[in-house]
Amino acid sequence: MTRDVLLVLAAFLACTVEMVEALTIVLAVGVTRGWRSAIAGTLSAVAALAVVVAVLGPALAHLPIDSLRLIIGTLLLVFGLQWLRKAILRAGGVKALHDEASIYAREVSELRLAGERPAHDWYAFTVAFKGVFLEGLEVAFIVVTFGGSQHHVGLAALGALAALVIVLAVGAIVHAPLSRVPENTLKFGVGVMLTSFGVFWAAEGAGVDWPGSDLAMLVMIGFVVVVAFVLVEVLRRTAPATQLQAAER
Amino acid sequence: MRYLRGFGRFWYDFIVGDDWRVAVGVVIAVTCLYVATHHGFNAWWFLPLAVSVLLATSVAIAARQARRS
Repeated sequence: MTRDVLLVLAAFLACTVEMVEALTIVLAVGVTRGWRSAIAGTLSAVAALAVVVAVLGPALAHLPIDSLRLIIGTLLLVFGLQWLRKAILRAGGVKALHDEASIYAREVSELRLAGERPAHDWYAFTVAFKGVFLEGLEVAFIVVTFGGSQHHVGLAALGALAALVIVLAVGAIVHAPLSRVPENTLKFGVGVMLTSFGVFWAAEGAGVDWPGSDLAMLVMIGFVVVVAFVLVEVLRRTAPATQLQAAER
Repeated sequence: MRYLRGFGRFWYDFIVGDDWRVAVGVVIAVTCLYVATHHGFNAWWFLPLAVSVLLATSVAIAARQARRS
């Protein structure tokens, strides 16, 4: 039960982060080049991602669960540590924060420079497709790996679908980049989840018996949060003021 | 060939990212744990500890590089 709830939550959070980034690109394309090609590119990318999940998900269900957890846990751990490392460096003031508003402005100016708009705007289609497909690949990876490790791809896909619906609905209403979404905080949360799941599954796959069984996963999340906050605090105390100001700009 | 290289580059950046040492460290840590458990040693604490050390080291290296530049 604990695993299932965490599985849906992790997929939901990861998908929210990636969809906010994809939405920024699609909005920039739609506003500057027209909505028809932007929506066509987006739908094509979503369809391509659905095929990736539909093909890889059931394939994973046929593999032995321990080997699957060992391989996927290790992959998630590598992938999750990358997210967490970046989030810690951002929160600690070493790296600049992700800013959807400035990314949107940059995309718009690049798209305006791309010249005249034909009836079938392949440029707009390609930019929207590429943006959604590349951001969505991370979601597909998380859905397939999270779901596959528990033989519950459907549950992970449910979390991803909920995020997709919410972000699309908000995007359709506000028609502007979702700059108020605390994306860096969400990324921090996703990094913590991916790392915790990765540690738990990789260790289980390697043959470890966790004390407290599934409850160990919650303890692991708490442990990773503490480690991450300690590192952020150390960075904030040791980073020079000029570096902190530059990162916040 | 260019597409193949680009495809490989995408997956490398996507999974391994900025610091390859973390990826190598994780693989070594999981392998050590696998060997330990298959010799009857239930070292559940090993991976969280290894991950904390890897993360702290990687963050420290990145912070030092940022300060130098």
